[in-house]
Amino acid sequence: MENTTRVKSEEMIGRIDGRLMKNKVIKGIFLTATAFTSIILIVLLYRIISQGAPYLSWDFFQNFASRRPEQAGIKAAVIGTLWMMSVVIPTAAILGVGTAIYLEEYAKKNALTRWIQMNISNLAGVPSVVFGLLGLTIFVRVFGFGNSVLAAGFTMALLVLPVVIVASQEAIRAVPNELKEASFGLGATKWQTIYRVVLPYAIPGIATGSILAFSRAIGETAPLIVVGIPTFVAFLPSGYLDSFTALPMQIYNWTSRPQVDFHNLAAAGIIILLGVLILMNSVAVWIRNRYQAR
Amino acid sequence: MTLTAVNSTKNSESMQNQELFVYNTKNLNLWYGDHHALKNINLGIKEKDVTAIIGPSGCGKSTYIKTLNRMIDLVPGVKTNGTIEYRERDIFSKNFLVEELRTRVGMVFQKPNPFPKSIYENIAFGLKIHGIKNKQIINETVEKSLRGAALWDEVKDRLHEPAYGLSGGQQQRLCIARCLALEPDVILMDEPTSALDPVSTLKVEELIQELKEKYSIIIVTHNMQQAARISDKTAFFLNGEVVEFDATDTIFNSPADSRTDDYISGRFG
Repeated sequence: MENTTRVKSEEMIGRIDGRLMKNKVIKGIFLTATAFTSIILIVLLYRIISQGAPYLSWDFFQNFASRRPEQAGIKAAVIGTLWMMSVVIPTAAILGVGTAIYLEEYAKKNALTRWIQMNISNLAGVPSVVFGLLGLTIFVRVFGFGNSVLAAGFTMALLVLPVVIVASQEAIRAVPNELKEASFGLGATKWQTIYRVVLPYAIPGIATGSILAFSRAIGETAPLIVVGIPTFVAFLPSGYLDSFTALPMQIYNWTSRPQVDFHNLAAAGIIILLGVLILMNSVAVWIRNRYQAR
Repeated sequence: MTLTAVNSTKNSESMQNQELFVYNTKNLNLWYGDHHALKNINLGIKEKDVTAIIGPSGCGKSTYIKTLNRMIDLVPGVKTNGTIEYRERDIFSKNFLVEELRTRVGMVFQKPNPFPKSIYENIAFGLKIHGIKNKQIINETVEKSLRGAALWDEVKDRLHEPAYGLSGGQQQRLCIARCLALEPDVILMDEPTSALDPVSTLKVEELIQELKEKYSIIIVTHNMQQAARISDKTAFFLNGEVVEFDATDTIFNSPADSRTDDYISGRFG
């Protein structure tokens, strides 16, 4: 009787070929997906570099916007983006990490906290144009910053804030409870525990997540258009209330011109933008490695 | 009994009638939400004793030791009533800051939990959070604490290397040293050897024997032989109650309660 219900090893061994086949097919599907993505990326990079690289010259960095393509440069946009980021990074980092610490370490785990949490996650998915409209209403009009570095910087900071908060929360949540217990067990206060145990452990995660969020602020165009950032700018800002232009605005402007030369300039601008993004991601990797080395 | 007698030094022998308790627990009840985890606990723990708390999983022994330095506060939804007096001060009182309690009462945890810092910084941590910045004092304390935890000879040449490079047993002794740096009065140990191999366990047990000269030690252990080897008194917990609390010899050789007998002779748990 028992023999009828017992599994037969011969039968199972007979199925191995089929299982291995499935194994191979699945691997092939994933490989194709990766190859597809890589090829598109390579084509895109090839087009941009072959189009824009000849236009990269010292003059390109030195010149302001111009009606004549051969004289047009990207100086105002590069410097403008740096100005804007000098507002975005501290604003989003302080508000974002502060919020994350509060939600993870101080807030009671009740319905209100969960509601706030859900809204922050949802904000991360709100289209960037909406943040532009918010910035236009609050910073440009109500606070009267005009279409300045400050208005655009605050708008972009709000845009990336949800991502900074969520990334920081995840990094803080990953701190082992045993370490916090060790600190509390020695009579440390909550702040001492956060400052000396939680933050040092969480900083690689916070930095990596935040820098990726900041990269988004560098590449976003829509909020800048809504806030009213000009595209044809032949001066550098000398203060945070001055008008300016940024890299994606300049690229957007050049691509919308009819002349082919301007399209090539746009490609050159994109190369610069990509360079800045790669630089920022490298910083993220560097921070992660540096802190993990301990 | 006069006040001066109560306040007299630890080694005073004039206290025949009133036993000197470091911890006196009176009618302690504790709930995790609706779960009644500790039921009417009464325990007087004497100074310079090694007091072992034994019992099967889920009997409340870890909960109890975590209540003694109020680490249990970190668990949401815990309610208590009754009192625990630490040197005649109610630890639940608003006037007794939890930071002070945890400075006077050190804790060693189940899993070695050194900070991801150097060996030196692990010991210095406790001093720094209490505002001690003097390099010389810190250096001396680091050495003294590591010697106190029988770790100095093994690590003196690599004080500034990461604590994670140490073996599990060394890490646990580092955690004990980290406690000693604050000159605690009592050391609570929550299954300190459960994550260690037998050789490391033996070293920690030997260390506990040395430490009892200076400190009162309360140790939760799963390992009954360990309790028998190192403790002066043993409390047997079962389902959140103290079944029996007596001298370790009595508990292991002639327990008064049949449940204690069943447990120590391995009939359950």
